[in-house]
Amino acid sequence: MLAFVLQRVAQALLVLLAVGFVSFSMFQFMGDPVENMMGQEATVADRAALEERLGLNDPIVVQFARFVGRAIEGDFGVSYRVGLPVAEVIFDRLPATLELALFSGVLAIGLGFVLGIYTAIKRDGWLAHSIMTLSLIGVSLPTFLIGIFLIWIFSVTLGWLPSFGRGETASFFGVELAILTWAGFKSMILPAVTLGLYQMTLIMRLVRAEMLEVLRSDYIRFARARGLSPYRIHYRHALKNTLVPVITVTGLQLGSIIAFAIITETVFQWPGVGLLFINAIGFVDIPVMSAYLLLVGVIFVSINLVVDLLYYSIDPRLSFSGTKAKGH
Amino acid sequence: MRKALLCSAVASAIALSSVAYTAHAETLRWARSGDSLTLDPHAQNEGPTHTLAHQMYEPLLQRDMSGQIIPALATEWAPTSNPNIWEFKLRAGVKFHGGESFTADDVVFSLKRAMMPTSAMKELLASVADVRKVDDLTVHIETTGPNPLMPNNLTNLFIMDEGWTKANNCEAPQDIANGGDNACVRAVNGTGAYTLVSRTQDQRTVLKQNDNYWGKDLFPLEVSEIIYTPIQEAATRVSALLSGEVDMIQDVPVQDLARVGGAANLQVVTGAQNRTIFFGMNVAADDLASDTVEGKNPLSDVRVRQAMNMAINRDAIKRVVMRDQSAPTGVIMPPFVNGWTEALDAYPATDVNKAKELMAAAGYADGFGLTLNCPNDRYINDEAICQAAVGMLGQIGVKVNLDAKPKAQHFPLIQNKTTDFYMLGWGVPTFDSEYIFNFLVHSTTDKLGSWNNTGFSDPDVDAQIVSLASETDLVKRNQTIAEIWARVQQEVLYLPIHNQVLNWGMKGNIDFPVQPEDQPHFKFLTYK
Repeated sequence: MLAFVLQRVAQALLVLLAVGFVSFSMFQFMGDPVENMMGQEATVADRAALEERLGLNDPIVVQFARFVGRAIEGDFGVSYRVGLPVAEVIFDRLPATLELALFSGVLAIGLGFVLGIYTAIKRDGWLAHSIMTLSLIGVSLPTFLIGIFLIWIFSVTLGWLPSFGRGETASFFGVELAILTWAGFKSMILPAVTLGLYQMTLIMRLVRAEMLEVLRSDYIRFARARGLSPYRIHYRHALKNTLVPVITVTGLQLGSIIAFAIITETVFQWPGVGLLFINAIGFVDIPVMSAYLLLVGVIFVSINLVVDLLYYSIDPRLSFSGTKAKGH
Repeated sequence: MRKALLCSAVASAIALSSVAYTAHAETLRWARSGDSLTLDPHAQNEGPTHTLAHQMYEPLLQRDMSGQIIPALATEWAPTSNPNIWEFKLRAGVKFHGGESFTADDVVFSLKRAMMPTSAMKELLASVADVRKVDDLTVHIETTGPNPLMPNNLTNLFIMDEGWTKANNCEAPQDIANGGDNACVRAVNGTGAYTLVSRTQDQRTVLKQNDNYWGKDLFPLEVSEIIYTPIQEAATRVSALLSGEVDMIQDVPVQDLARVGGAANLQVVTGAQNRTIFFGMNVAADDLASDTVEGKNPLSDVRVRQAMNMAINRDAIKRVVMRDQSAPTGVIMPPFVNGWTEALDAYPATDVNKAKELMAAAGYADGFGLTLNCPNDRYINDEAICQAAVGMLGQIGVKVNLDAKPKAQHFPLIQNKTTDFYMLGWGVPTFDSEYIFNFLVHSTTDKLGSWNNTGFSDPDVDAQIVSLASETDLVKRNQTIAEIWARVQQEVLYLPIHNQVLNWGMKGNIDFPVQPEDQPHFKFLTYK
């Protein structure tokens, strides 16, 4: 098992290097950071001097090697935009993104399961039909619109929930979390719903489809024939067997919730890493963009690693001795 | 009955308390699209950064809410008998937030700090040779030649305490290239009307009134606490104002003005902004990269430029694209600027037939194709203005291919001189024409003309522009300014569109005019 993990970690490092290099070559097309850093009065000579000092005139390979060299020492440089150390800026924002992602993940999974099971069991009921129709909104409307729509209803018209920001935070072992305060919790509801709506409908539809599949299978019919209570049939026998594929998808979706909360964070001015990244793009803040993409790479690679390991522990047919012949 | 009585008592208590609250509303919750970039007052030369700094730091002179220069840390200023030296008398008895006394040493230190290579403000002091302390409350600024506009350059140059800055190891503005941390990026010690309580970059900045402020009896100072939150998304920003979560927002999108203005207890305050939007053209190249004419540059013919100037329907842009929130103009200069006249501001009537005649006379009766580079996230409705212009120019046969990009990619095109036809907006922090000429009309050299992508270059005009910097005879200087403008207009070097109009949305009980530089100075804010 150790050999397997080491091998995967080595592969992951290669993936990260590749991600880093590709993003570095992309930065060339994003514009000129010096433009933003200097203000309109800067002379041609000033600009040239700053470009030289930032090393922007060096070939991409050299810039990339310098970035990797410093990153290995834990130095990600200073943000071009706000002049603070990149590691500090990112780790200050990470709790906001993580708590939003987890909260919306819990919402999505909880509601997704409940509604999925309900629509599968009562699949001809009018409520189930309406839920299924409404769920089309979740899959088809863009996040941006849903966010603005929710703000319009719950902040402007009803005045129940805040339209922007993170409210108050409280410290939990040195990490500032909004969910620990009432104001912070209220601030989190709209962004979490917006962010999780797509995942929720996805899980709901998946649970429903799997559930319907299972309910048609022979052993459920036999269970019915044996006169087991519907409760036992639905929740003990049917639900259990729908879980495996649902959990796989859910795990993978969590990664994208964390990494792609960008739009939701922008709409609600949620001060997480997604908003930071959007600002960094607008300013061509190369140090922040490189570190963020690296972080996203690390998140995805780790989630994939965990999922791989879970496969091996769930499915006894796969074994670590035969790592070359992976079953998926 | 008792219950009803109780209810009405509670209701009237609530009503009373809310009345009392509005009467003593002292906390101002303020939002705009972007945050200040840094607390170091010399590290960025950027509007929102200066705006926040102005609440806490002070320059020697500042512009008030109407754009007039008023005394801040200096009380009097005048050139000495030596025209190269300006004398500034400093305000006595001023204390920094940390309790340190404000003296001439701090002024000398701060201005020299702002002239260091890592400072973003150094270009505003490019003409300064030395800053000297004469006595504790007198400073001399010596320039390399006479500089009649020295005071205009000082309105965003903030004064820091020498001892505090040195103790925090930030004698020089942060060098981002070399990394490292800098305490002055995070902390403030100014002389301004507000002190910093807390700040989380891009989230929330809290300021409270400075009890020891020297101007306590001179300014209204009705706001005792400021909570500043950037809200990037326009729809969210407007929603936050509509739902009462913030009291004032800058950057109200034009399509939401009616909604904000129509809401009970809210108002939109409008004012002219110090920024002109215009198109620039490459008039000098022998051939253009993006046009459809081989071996010639159609834009080098002044008749083509006149025709294009005539084809653009500024009134239609104002009405349709800007929803009446713009001031069409015929010159690339806002009305506050020294050198502005109504005659220059007048714009040609849209006349497609006459424009077509001019095109035919220039030999382009069939028109030509051209690429217009346009930003899409910098000015108010920038891309929509460009789209409108594409249609208007199409009427005279100029088939424009629109290339709209984010500002980070658009402005390097102008800087690197790789665009033939482009949109640019220009504000004039010195409120004087020389500033426009230096950047947009003078030929591109190491020091001047950095934004002149037209390629226009005339040694006589260059000499005239350079002479402005040291001409102390203001009548003569204004004459030269008028001559240069006459030439710019005659050449149709730029196609002016309009001056932007600023809109601030705020609670109805706030009395606060729009500042032409988009810089609210909250010490002036009063409640009705």
